[in-house]
Amino acid sequence: MTVTVIARNTFKEAVRDRVLYLLLFFAAVSILFARVLALLTVGDRVKIIEDVGLASISFFGALMAILIGTGLVYKEIEKRTIYTLLAKPIRRHEFLLGKFLGLVLTLAVLLAAMSLIFLGLVLAHTGRIEWGLLVAVVMIFFELILITAVAILFSSFSTPILSSLFALAFYLIGHFSWSLETLLKKIPAGATRTILRFLYTLLPDLENFNLKAEVVHHLPIAGAQLLYSAAYGLVYAAFILGLAIVIFRRRDFI
Amino acid sequence: MSAVLEITEIRKSFSTGFIPRRKDILKGISLSVGEGEIYGYLGPNGAGKTTTIKCVLGLIFPNAGKIMLFGRDHLDRRAKENLGFLPENPYFYDYLTGREFLDFYGQLFSIPRSERAAATSRLLKLVDMDRAADLPLRKYSRGMLQRIGLAQALINSPALVILDEPLGGLDPLGRKEIRDLILRLRDEGKTVFLSSHILQDIEMICDRVAIIVSGRILSQGRLSDLVSETVLFTEITVSGVAESDLAALGESLSTQAGRTLLKVCDEPNIEAVLALVRAQNGKVHSLIPRTRTLEDIFVDMVKPQ
Repeated sequence: MTVTVIARNTFKEAVRDRVLYLLLFFAAVSILFARVLALLTVGDRVKIIEDVGLASISFFGALMAILIGTGLVYKEIEKRTIYTLLAKPIRRHEFLLGKFLGLVLTLAVLLAAMSLIFLGLVLAHTGRIEWGLLVAVVMIFFELILITAVAILFSSFSTPILSSLFALAFYLIGHFSWSLETLLKKIPAGATRTILRFLYTLLPDLENFNLKAEVVHHLPIAGAQLLYSAAYGLVYAAFILGLAIVIFRRRDFI
Repeated sequence: MSAVLEITEIRKSFSTGFIPRRKDILKGISLSVGEGEIYGYLGPNGAGKTTTIKCVLGLIFPNAGKIMLFGRDHLDRRAKENLGFLPENPYFYDYLTGREFLDFYGQLFSIPRSERAAATSRLLKLVDMDRAADLPLRKYSRGMLQRIGLAQALINSPALVILDEPLGGLDPLGRKEIRDLILRLRDEGKTVFLSSHILQDIEMICDRVAIIVSGRILSQGRLSDLVSETVLFTEITVSGVAESDLAALGESLSTQAGRTLLKVCDEPNIEAVLALVRAQNGKVHSLIPRTRTLEDIFVDMVKPQ
């Protein structure tokens, strides 16, 4: 199938890119740095290691999704490789979906690599493998799927630098939009509140995917919540990808 | 002869700049390429050759007009199954090796694995790139990219091959090889559509040509019709003849080492010159009739623009 062929090639492209290994190196350094932080902490050192480790995985995962994702489509256009590709029996949405799936596959492998380092570090400290932590990693994966879609959306019509900034803004907004909810509870009903409610509905809420506190402190997690968050990520990503396809479908490659 | 590619009245304009200004690139292009011919698309830089090709491939959408490939709409997936394309100044995935690259494109045509391997090896040999097959494309020179690009255009053994400036960036030997290859494609029954701004390329291999200047096709037809067979004048080089006797018969262009190059316009004068040479025991070194070349036509057409 065309989509899988392009996805496989995209994976190959990402894996042969040196930037990826640089990011992976820094991610590893960041995860291991948690060990140093733990030394400086009074109290439960393991919790610090787990918390900082998961935060590193989330941050570097997002960075990889943005930096690779924003370049993927743009590079094809800029270097004109897309000319020969689209001259083959490929529909444009298949191209975009292939790129998307290829990057999602790459991110899955990277997350697995980072998790291995992370679980290894925790193992060294506690003497056991904390499988529960992986629940948080899986949720990070859903967040990365959404960020990848956003990166591809921007890169289908903008330059990598701008796209990276847009996608980074999306990431930051997504992680702080919950404060709007807090604000909503505090202001009286009226026009302002309606506007805020509208904004809050529209803006992404990436804190849905943040289960760090729960897994680190062994708090109970409702299965329904996991399901809801996963569905939220997938539906949002599908919407963003649809938007990218609409933009990409009628574009002239001059 | 059925039309493999039929372009009817396509127009395309772009708006560029901060304050958008409309710029018409194609102003109603119509042409028809028949099965099994080599069709040359000739024009100066910026005439709209590549834009036309991109319209055919569906990379850009014309504002008006119709394009048919093998009797289907050109965006039809089945039409593209039989199409091969080599872009101008090709650049490909530099992280792939030549073999991987061809294999990747073969997969896009859903060619089974075993056939793919065979086709890849055959094409690598055809374009003389088998020695660089396992080198990443980033190490390829421009001429090598051109060759591997031609190989990818043939991976699905297409019925129609579209080549945008296929001889650009090649050394003389490479140009000859690619030219021979294009002729071989025609002998295999394929149709070739190639664009160029270099006249010799087209003149040597094309059956029919279209000349495009600033978005309009100025002329198209068989090369033999465009380049008239009528002799414009004849150049004769003679020696051992008194120059004063020749002056009445033609214009003396140069005299070097006793040889005179004479431009003779009227046909009876040619016989007169030959008779004169015989009478004075002189020698004829060459006699060349000059016809109108594609270059003359091209220069004539481009000038008023």
